[in-house]
Amino acid sequence: MSDLQTQMDLEQQGVLFTTINKLYNWGRRSSVWPMQFGLACCAIEMIAAAASRYDISRFGSELFRASPRQADVMIVAGTVTKKMVPQVVRLFNQMPEPRYVISMGACATSGGPFRDGYNVVRGVDLYVPVDVYIPGCPPRPEALLHSLMTLQAQIDVQALQQVRWYGDDEGVVNEFPIPVFGAEGLEVAGIPGTADPVGGTPRMAPFVSPALGGKGERDASTKALEGNQPKPMLRSGTVTIEEVGHGIAG
Amino acid sequence: MLKTEELQINIGPQHPSTHGVFRMLVTVDGETLVDLKPVFGYLHRNHEQLGEVNTYLQNMPFTDRLDYFNSMVNNHAYARTIETLAGVEVPERAQYIRVIMDELSRILNHATAMGFMLGDMGAWQTALLWGMREREKILDMFEYVSGARMMCNYCRFGGVVRDIDDWFITELKKLMQGLPHYFDDFEGLLLNSEILLARARNIGVLPKDLALAYSVTGPVLRGSGVAYDIRKAEPYAVYDRFKFKVPVGTVGDVYDRFLVRIAEMRESYKILEQALEQLPDATGGFINPKVKQQSLKAPAGEAYARVESPKGELGFYVVSDGTGSAYRYKVRAPSFINLSALADMCKGYTIADVVVILGSIDIVMGEVDR
Repeated sequence: MSDLQTQMDLEQQGVLFTTINKLYNWGRRSSVWPMQFGLACCAIEMIAAAASRYDISRFGSELFRASPRQADVMIVAGTVTKKMVPQVVRLFNQMPEPRYVISMGACATSGGPFRDGYNVVRGVDLYVPVDVYIPGCPPRPEALLHSLMTLQAQIDVQALQQVRWYGDDEGVVNEFPIPVFGAEGLEVAGIPGTADPVGGTPRMAPFVSPALGGKGERDASTKALEGNQPKPMLRSGTVTIEEVGHGIAG
Repeated sequence: MLKTEELQINIGPQHPSTHGVFRMLVTVDGETLVDLKPVFGYLHRNHEQLGEVNTYLQNMPFTDRLDYFNSMVNNHAYARTIETLAGVEVPERAQYIRVIMDELSRILNHATAMGFMLGDMGAWQTALLWGMREREKILDMFEYVSGARMMCNYCRFGGVVRDIDDWFITELKKLMQGLPHYFDDFEGLLLNSEILLARARNIGVLPKDLALAYSVTGPVLRGSGVAYDIRKAEPYAVYDRFKFKVPVGTVGDVYDRFLVRIAEMRESYKILEQALEQLPDATGGFINPKVKQQSLKAPAGEAYARVESPKGELGFYVVSDGTGSAYRYKVRAPSFINLSALADMCKGYTIADVVVILGSIDIVMGEVDR
């Protein structure tokens, strides 16, 4: 407290004190450029957040870059499908560090209303580490702005010596495995069999959020769900196809 | 003779001008486009499969997410299908409310779609921001009646979920006072702009017969000179009570589609004015109280109902087996069918025109891939 008081007194006399960390983080938090990458409905609210009413440029993030090489944060705005997730991971791998991921909306976070579908990924955090999650379907633009402020608060407390992309990079994963669409579904390197079976539960744990100190490893506290057998999707009620007999049997 | 070599390039699925996750496999000879192969499925969210698992009411919020600009219109189309299937009467006031929401959606959709198209064309941000400004005003009205900005989930079988009140009507009239100025400003800014004329005139021509052969609908078809509008051809709700014109183009190029959309916004404004004038009082109710919303069971059979969505003919086809959920649920998505004409519209033009032509079709991937 007294340090802060001394600092403020000196600032009034025209002497500016800061630390490298503070200066550096101030520079980075004030220009977090998102990647211009809309997947579904949430992308429209992302555009609305960039438009005049919500004006994301107040937070220094108005420059939506079409190239991942120029972007700092990937806002996963919408449903990630099994056809799209290889591209999402590839784009994330192409981003230069420091890089962040905001999972916008229920679909990106967990699959949302389409979670039960056969083609929807149940959370983008199974494939890339996510820094901030936003609930909502779709989240309001204010929620997106709040997520950006949350991300800025996370950047503020980073120390150059400790943060993974400047300091100790032992055990840090930079390239995340790109899933391949195999015979029965998505196949991820290191995960035996189909990674995200239809009707079952994903056979892998989500990545630990970098905000919690994750270096690209999967969450060990989440149980691996190997024994969960995929079940065929049923119609509601008790009707089976044979009973109805619309002439499509066999 | 100089020998040239054809080159294949990918546009998308991550590209700022593809309006979502859409990929075009383009073969070019120099700058000229030789062939275009659309690749989609990047946003396939199993709508039709989930529609068979959900009950009829559960499926209503899923229709919001088809064409996420016009959730009100999607709700209307789906509610009409189930009402046809189950033989449900809709009170007159509800029909008027639905018409008001549909026409507001149309203005919202055309304003933003034109903004996106002009953004692709190089009118960076201004036109889009104007469109988004009008959208925000309309979304405030939607939020007031339904509780949500985008995903309204507003229609129910036999009516709408909440009535509109005096505050809504007063605010809507205030909003409508500003709309003609927006139309005039938007038109005045762009109509004689040399850049727009150079980029849009005689670009992406879709001849009348080809448009009919592809069964495209909506502003794309009307831009090609066919006066086909479901509101006139098969009047639903209370559309037969309003006076409005169906604007048509002559050439069928990007510019015509642009003009048709501006004219349609003006017609929507006229419909809104008439609907507010004719709106019956609340005595008839806004929803049919006899319908059991949550446990609705439709008799075995099939139904198809369609509405004129801002993008074209939006239809839902539902087969019922007498249980509480659909046996088969099919969406006739206008964006998807309009998109099928893309390759023929683009051939022979330069690669820079492709994004403009795509913008003029006005697609939403949620509806294309479903």
